[in-house]
Amino acid sequence: MTPEEWTAVRLSLLVAVTATAASLPLGVAVAWLLARGRFWGKSLLDVVVHLPLIMPPVVTGYLLLVLFGRRGPIGEVLEQVGIVFSFRWTGAALACAVMGFPLMVRAIRLSIEAVDTKLESAAGTLGAAPLWVFATVTLPLCLPGVIAGAILCFAKSMGEFGATITFVSNIPGETQTLPSAIYTLTQIPGGDAGALRLTLISVAISMVALLGSELLARRVGARRVAT
Amino acid sequence: MSLAVDIGHRQGDFQLDARFEAPPGLTALFGRSGSGKSTLVNIVAGLIRPQRGKVVVDGQTLVDTETRAFVPAHRRRVGYVFQDSRLFPHFSVRQNLLYGRWFARAATGGASGDFASVVELLGLAPLLERHPDSLSGGEKQRVAIGRALLARPRLILMDEPLASLDEARRAEIMPYLERLRDRAGVPILYVSHSVPEVARLATTVVILGDGKVTAVGPVADILPLAEAGDGGSVLDAVVARHDEAFQLSVLASAAGELTVPRLAAEIGAPVRAYIRSRDVMLSLRPPEDISALNVLSGTVATIASNGAQADIRLDCNGAAVLARITTKSVERLGLAPGKPLYAVVKSVSFERT
Repeated sequence: MTPEEWTAVRLSLLVAVTATAASLPLGVAVAWLLARGRFWGKSLLDVVVHLPLIMPPVVTGYLLLVLFGRRGPIGEVLEQVGIVFSFRWTGAALACAVMGFPLMVRAIRLSIEAVDTKLESAAGTLGAAPLWVFATVTLPLCLPGVIAGAILCFAKSMGEFGATITFVSNIPGETQTLPSAIYTLTQIPGGDAGALRLTLISVAISMVALLGSELLARRVGARRVAT
Repeated sequence: MSLAVDIGHRQGDFQLDARFEAPPGLTALFGRSGSGKSTLVNIVAGLIRPQRGKVVVDGQTLVDTETRAFVPAHRRRVGYVFQDSRLFPHFSVRQNLLYGRWFARAATGGASGDFASVVELLGLAPLLERHPDSLSGGEKQRVAIGRALLARPRLILMDEPLASLDEARRAEIMPYLERLRDRAGVPILYVSHSVPEVARLATTVVILGDGKVTAVGPVADILPLAEAGDGGSVLDAVVARHDEAFQLSVLASAAGELTVPRLAAEIGAPVRAYIRSRDVMLSLRPPEDISALNVLSGTVATIASNGAQADIRLDCNGAAVLARITTKSVERLGLAPGKPLYAVVKSVSFERT
């Protein structure tokens, strides 16, 4: 392993963890709105959330560049408060979060829908305000789904390529994540060995993440039926 | 402590128009399935917003469509025991019990009862560390009752809490409900379509038919009117003595003494007897040499003929006893109001109160 390859691995982990952690609260909120909310424009929200899943990643990346770039309407405002996305690792994390978001919301939404609303109304009659009902009944009961959603988002972030490279380019040490590094190595003579090493690492990280989520979900599930 | 309901609500083809007041004690909301009982209870709990009307508990308006007042369910302090217990599967029995109590910690008034006394009242001590899915149906309902009680409610709603249980489990819970009625100090609105349950537990009965209140009043007056297929009468009695040799108990009621299979009740204990009108035979002379042990004397109060069947209401020393006989028998015996006769009671269901 060369130092450059290590940098790519570390950067990928940082980007994926940041993307997952930062989008998780919003993901749970949106999933709850879609599962339980009754409001005008719900289908529209559903479509917007799912867009990154159906659009070509390059299109998503380009839209991010247009909106969050230094000249973009959102990027310009954020720059005033010191938040810069373009050509930074934070931009890679944003791209990964957007791409992983539909997968995350989908998993969480399904698990919220599986929570019996009768339990929620029972909690209400016992004096719990809606936010408390969510925190003490809905959230604990849909936790396996939240974990699954987070892992899906993490895995998607580890493999995200198109949107990231379009939005923040492929700068070693800043925005060159594992897939970009592998892609770069395949483009240069003699890079095959490095590409293979990174590929194996990528496979290993995905498997560890999946196993970890299985274990975690099982422990949460076991606690729920413990006698 | 009282509850006043006056609401109108339409759900699909079903129109609910109910108006009644429930005094302290246990008020049974009685009616066939589909008569609107659960909708009514859900409106009182705040789970359904009525299209018209008003619900007042203890002087506080919970909903009033005229002033657009609506107290959300979680601020109503109405304890709700559901038919399907609805215990939180991720909490232990202890955590379930303490759930509502935690939100009610700043509340004043309402049902009395600290954790220890509720656990004692419902016999929950051996269950505290267990999880809901390891409990039997009867145990679950007891925990659900305790959970509702510990939220310091000002009113307790029970929506057929025994309907999903078998006979043995019902018998297990009944005594707890009676103690709750006598000790909790808050009104209980109890939905049921079972005559024996209502006869045993209720102080007041509200009969609901097709979304309308058809009768309200004390249980002994109202229950005979219930269209449950088999009408019956309720007698309040006390255990007078036991006959150990024949394993029998003798009860004293206004209508006379009743002999029944040995009850596990102390002498002097109050008992409520329910006599189905089909189980009463009538005789003009004191019957002799018959196997039935219970013969009450009285006079005919009213005769309600209904085709081939007639419901005879007897006045037995002030207590009402109903008999259902054929119209042919009415004619054969020449029954008319005021006529003295003897009621032979074939069987009685006796419930401790």
